[in-house]
This record gives sequence, C-alpha cells and structure tokens, in this order.
Amino acid sequence: MNPAVSAHELTKWFGEGDAKTFAVRGISFEAYFGEIFFIVGPSGSGKTTLLSMISGILRPNSGAVTIDSMDIWALKPDQIAEFRLNKVGFVFQDYHLFPRLTTAENVAIPLILKKRDWDESIREAAGYLEIVGLKNKAELPPMKLSGGEQQRVAIARALISQPDILIFDEPTASLDGDTGRRIMDFVKTSVLNDKRCILIVTHDSRIFEFADRIMKMEDGKIVGIENRRNGAE
Amino acid sequence: MNGTLKLAFKLLVNDKGKYAALLVGIMFAVFLMVQMTSIFSGILAKSSSTVINLGAQVWVMDPAVNNVANSIPMPDYVLDAVRSINGVKYAVPLYSGGALVKLRSGVFQSVTVLGLDDNSLFGRPELIAGKIEDIYAENAFIAVQDAEINKLGDIQLGTDFELNDHRGVIVGIAKVTASGLFGIPTLYTTYSRAIQYIPSTRFTISYILVEPKNNDAISHIKEQVKLLGYEALTKEEFMQKIANYYKYQTGLGTNIFIMTIVSFLVGLSISGQTFYTFILENLEKFGALKAIGAKGHELVYMILFQATFTALIGYGLGVGLCTLIITIAKLKVPDYSANITYTTLAFAFAMVLIIAAISSYIGIRKVLKIEPFDIFRG
Ligand SMILES: Nc1ncnc2c1ncn2[C@@H]1O[C@H](COP(=O)(O)OP(=O)(O)O)[C@@H](O)[C@H]1O
Ligand SMILES: [Mg+2]
Repeated sequence: MNPAVSAHELTKWFGEGDAKTFAVRGISFEAYFGEIFFIVGPSGSGKTTLLSMISGILRPNSGAVTIDSMDIWALKPDQIAEFRLNKVGFVFQDYHLFPRLTTAENVAIPLILKKRDWDESIREAAGYLEIVGLKNKAELPPMKLSGGEQQRVAIARALISQPDILIFDEPTASLDGDTGRRIMDFVKTSVLNDKRCILIVTHDSRIFEFADRIMKMEDGKIVGIENRRNGAE
Repeated sequence: MNGTLKLAFKLLVNDKGKYAALLVGIMFAVFLMVQMTSIFSGILAKSSSTVINLGAQVWVMDPAVNNVANSIPMPDYVLDAVRSINGVKYAVPLYSGGALVKLRSGVFQSVTVLGLDDNSLFGRPELIAGKIEDIYAENAFIAVQDAEINKLGDIQLGTDFELNDHRGVIVGIAKVTASGLFGIPTLYTTYSRAIQYIPSTRFTISYILVEPKNNDAISHIKEQVKLLGYEALTKEEFMQKIANYYKYQTGLGTNIFIMTIVSFLVGLSISGQTFYTFILENLEKFGALKAIGAKGHELVYMILFQATFTALIGYGLGVGLCTLIITIAKLKVPDYSANITYTTLAFAFAMVLIIAAISSYIGIRKVLKIEPFDIFRG
C-alpha cells in the first residue's frame, strides 16, 4: 500500500551560530490512508514543526516530504499553496475563524479560494455544517458559538475541500475533557475514511485511545512508534 | 464579483466601526481639498470676470499689467498702430477704472466703470432691462445685475446718482456671466463719457480690444504689438496671466496650497492609520488564509480592493458634502465664490488614490511578511 505521507530525514533548525537550535533532527516515517496517526511528546519536542513541514507550511532545512507522489518541497511557492489548498485540511489550535463572517462563510473559505462561485460555496458549507452537527448555526458569527462548536466549524472548514490529509494541532487543548472526547469520537467515526489520513499532534493522553498509531517524539527525534490498532501486529 | 474580492469586501464593511472611521477620514480629506481648491478657482474666475464678460479675443496692454483692475493707460497712437497691423479686423479702446459715486441716500460707493468704444460698443453686455442705444443718452450708465448691485441701493431704470459732480442715470440693467472679485458694483458707459467724468492721467486707453481676421493672424499681431513695446494676449492667456498673479504674487495661492497639503496629510494620516490598524487586527486571519492556501498575490488583490473601494466611497461622500456646503453657502452668501471644477475633482481623486496606495502599501508589506508557520504555532 502506498503511504499517504512519507517523510524522509526531515531536519529543521532555527537561528544561526550560538542561537542555533534543532527543532527536528532527521525524522523519517510514513502514515497511511485510513489511519489516525498521533504525534505526541512533551512541549518543545518539535511536533508542530514536524507537522508544518509535512503540510507544506514550513520549509525543512533538509529532507523530503512525499505526498501523492509529489516531492512537495521541490514545488514553486504558488504550487505549494495550491497543494495545501487541494490536499491538506488544517484545524488550527486556536481555530482562526473570522469573527466578522458567519460560520457558513468561514467554512466556505477554501472553496472561495478555489475560485468557486460564492453562493454555491455557501450552500456547500451549510451542508458541511450539518455534517458536524451545526445545522442551525450557519448564519451566526463564530463568537456566538461555544469552544466545542467553534472546533467543529474549524473541522468543517478543513473538510470542505475534501483533503487527503487532515492536520490537527492540539485539537483538544482548549476544550474540556468531555467535549474533547466527543470531538475525537466524531473525527474517528465520521471524518476518517479509507481515502484519508489524519495526523494529530497532541500531548493530551485522555484521547490517545482514538489513535491507530502513536509516534512519540522527544527533543526533535522519534523515540518510538506504538501500534494500537485492534488485532494488528 | 470575484469570490476573494467579495471576501475582502465583507471583512472590510462588516467591521463597521473601522469602516466608518476610514470613510470619515477620506471624506474629510476630500472635502477639505475640494473646498480649498474650489474656493481658489472661484476666486480666479472672479478675478478674470471683466475678461470673460467683454469676450474680446485679443487684448493689448502694457506688459506690466498683471490683473484687469490695475490697467496702465496707453497713448492713442498705439490704437492707430494696432489698427494698421495686418490681420486685425478691428481694434477698439476700452476704459477700465475705479470711481466713487454718491448715491441718492448720500452714501458714497466705489464702483468699477467700464467705458465701451463709442462707435461699436464692442463688448457690450446683454441687457435684461432697458435698450442698449440709451447708453448714448445724456449721463447714461448701465448697471450690472450681479451679487454687488444692491450696494447701489434700489436700482431701477431712471435711478440717478452723482459721479465727480456729474449726474449719472441708470438706463439699463445688464446680466453678465461672471461677477467680480472686489465686491464692488460695475457700471458700463461709453468710452468718451468715462474719460470725461473720471479724472484721468494723460493717457486714457486702458486696453485695446482686438478682433483678428482669423486665428492664424494672432501670432503676427502679437509680434507686431511687441515691436510697439506692448503686449497682445489672447483671452485665455490674459486669464492665465491674472491667475498666475494671484497664485504666485499675492500669497493667496501659497496659502491655499499649504491648506490643501495639510488636508491631504490629515486625510492620509487618519485613513492610513485606521487602515493600518485594520490590517494589523486581521493579520492573523490573513496568515490563516495563507496557511489554508491563499497565494500572496491574492492577498495583495484583497488589500488593494479594500483600500480602493474605501477610497472611492470616501471620495464620493467628500465631493457630495462639498457640493452640499457650497450650494448652501451660495444661497446664503451672495459674494461666496467657489467653483468645483473638473480639475479640482481630478486633483482630489488623484490625491485619494495616493492615500489608498500608501495605505495599502503598508498593509501589503505586513501581510506578505507573515509566516503561516507562526500562525500555525499560535
Ligand atoms: N520560529 C521559531 N524560531 C525559533 N525557535 C523555534 C521557532 N519555532 C519553534 N522553535 C523551537 O523549536 C522547538 C520545537 O518547537 P515546536 O515544534 O513548536 O514544539 P512542540 O509543538 O512540540 O511544542 C522548540 O524548542 C521551539 O522553541
Ligand atoms: Mg506545538
């Protein structure tokens, strides 16, 4: 089976000279379609940096990322933006919803960036809001929604471009335990499918049970990959 | 409308407070700039009122003349010499001077007296009361129906007054295109009566009004007049000369210019500042758009659109406000002079585009610099 994501010897450092610090030190791994792949580790271990390099947001100092048989860091900047728009769905840690737009307009943004018709995009966004259980909130501004609901809006926005890869950075960090579990349950049952690979960075051990595999990081290096899939290995 | 631009539009106008502040800033700047320059062009138009009203194509004068009111008398031989220039269809003298009249009420009032050539009455105004032939009657004067006419009291046909111990009587009331700058009434009479009633210097011709045979003759006429030691100017050149005098030699132009620059700077700082805070507040969101997959140039278009859109609406509001105020002022103050000209509007428009350009430049630089990674890390 072809991996959905393949990272090869990824390395990233920040600063130069005395200030040079390594965030990620030569990491290689593969993640597959149909799995929820967790990246866990203490704060500062390089999880976000790694995720950014995989998703076409941060250029590595060395190493390569292959997605859909494309060496993404060999692409031109506009092509990388195009790649993110079409292949990757982002759920940012603090959501980054536009307070002056309705939830439906927020969800429609990736379609609008893809130059789709405005009204059509809004209609489609309403459909995705229904999927995440926010059918009646389409016209509200995001600030009128609870934290968990805002998280769902962010998920709907990530899903609308039907990405192969979904990226969550600390999805439960600002949610209470119950809400966090419900979101993860929703992701596992309704968002995951066998044409999709979900990468989740977290240090919230309460949600580890939703992982198929867990990659542990420390100080920019992999310290182990644990397989949690029932019956496997 | 293109989806990304609609998105930009919503981000802008949904932020009602900032949007209003932006519009007010630009409206204010446009209002002040248009107001200042309109007043100036109003003053310039008034300063050339005699040139506009008499309508002669070519004016001959002493080279030192820099505005209509201060003419320098020329000797009679100049008139004969001008008449003999090839290409001159006809040339007539004009008297232009100031005088004091004593009204029936006993009050003295300054007036401008224009003496038209006795034979041709060249440059005669259109009458709204009386007959032009009556200008030849004894003591006859024609009053001009402009903003100043009331200073002569209740003027009717037959109203009389005193001018240097001579009796004057109103035989006609004329309408003119432009009224004068100096706030005094204008009286028309014949050239010979003007120099008879008003104490004059040895020479009496203020201007020579020339009608060339055709437009090609003008340059030849100008050359020949120059050889005489005088200057021949077309109507437009004379108006330009007068405008230049007020612009560059009276301080008026400099002051208006400074005020206009100040208005521009005020508008620029209000709008620029507000637009900058608007961009700063939305910076993370622009970063998120970048992370999701918006390209740099798309964000540039969004910002340019926001700035331009605001500028255009603000421009419209500013021009509207200015028109409103000038209209009201003209109703209430008869002497009020302000002309909104196309040049003025184009100037303010250019200034507004500069404000938009500077504001968006600052915004664009900020937005292009943000790294999606920083947004992603939170
Ligand atoms: N833009 C940056 N400049 C300097 N250092 C950075 C930057 N981003 C991350 N780092 C450093 O890289 C290391 C890994 O950071 P990060 O990937 O955010 O860790 P995690 O997400 O696991 O908490 C940290 O030591 C952090 O301080
Ligand atoms: Mg992190």
